[in-house]
Amino acid sequence: MPLTSVLLLSMALFCIGVFGVLSRRNAIGILLGVELMANAVNINLVAFSRFQGGVVGQVFAVFAIALTVAEVVVGLALVILLYRSRKDVRVDEANALSG
Amino acid sequence: MEQIGFGIISACLLGAALGVVTGKNLVHSVLWLAVTLVTTAALYVFLNATFLAGIQVILYTGGVITLMLFGVMLTRRDERVMVENEQNGRRLWIAALAALGLFALLAAATFKTPGLPRTQAEPTTTDAIGRAFLTEHLLAFEVLSLLLLAAMVGAIVLARRHDAGADARGGL
Repeated sequence: MPLTSVLLLSMALFCIGVFGVLSRRNAIGILLGVELMANAVNINLVAFSRFQGGVVGQVFAVFAIALTVAEVVVGLALVILLYRSRKDVRVDEANALSG
Repeated sequence: MEQIGFGIISACLLGAALGVVTGKNLVHSVLWLAVTLVTTAALYVFLNATFLAGIQVILYTGGVITLMLFGVMLTRRDERVMVENEQNGRRLWIAALAALGLFALLAAATFKTPGLPRTQAEPTTTDAIGRAFLTEHLLAFEVLSLLLLAAMVGAIVLARRHDAGADARGGL
């Protein structure tokens, strides 16, 4: 199993995530797409650490996972706040600040 | 043998990921995300990163999926209506085009990159990862714990209800 095929897999996963972020209107749907993208990045880090050797890739992946979890926590808090103030989590309805 | 395993894992991963972005019901999307994340853990085992596979299952499928499910359930507008996902045709086409374009760009870049490693290196042990955390990357490790604390406090402050009576009683 060459490195290129793992990279292609993570690339495809990342692009599916991009598609999700661009096509969804629901804020939680967008967060799901962001999760997919972060996951693809982690696969890349682990794959390179496997083929290149060394421990840094996996250490970095652990950091990335922890950061993603923190991001999800704050993101969901914001979504719940948005829902509380507008009773709606569709992002293009939340345009109160646009001119 | 290895090829077959990798093929199965890839197919599951991509299928579940497509389920995440195309599902009409957001609860189903979150469950598809759980499948994606567990399959990713399997891929990590495949790549000899067992420690990361464990982290992935505990943190992502244990923590993030639960949080996401709570988020979906807390923000639906009507108890009877499924959380629908409004996707209209034009937006869908633009998104698909952008994603495919990005994929083509990345694939071209990868195939043009010279000197990608071809053989697998020695597998990393959990022991080595732990040592790297507490020696070389100690500062980043500590900053990360601060960040997690900040995220926790921030989420509580953002999402708590402002209840006048609770302040008078001295609680949250």
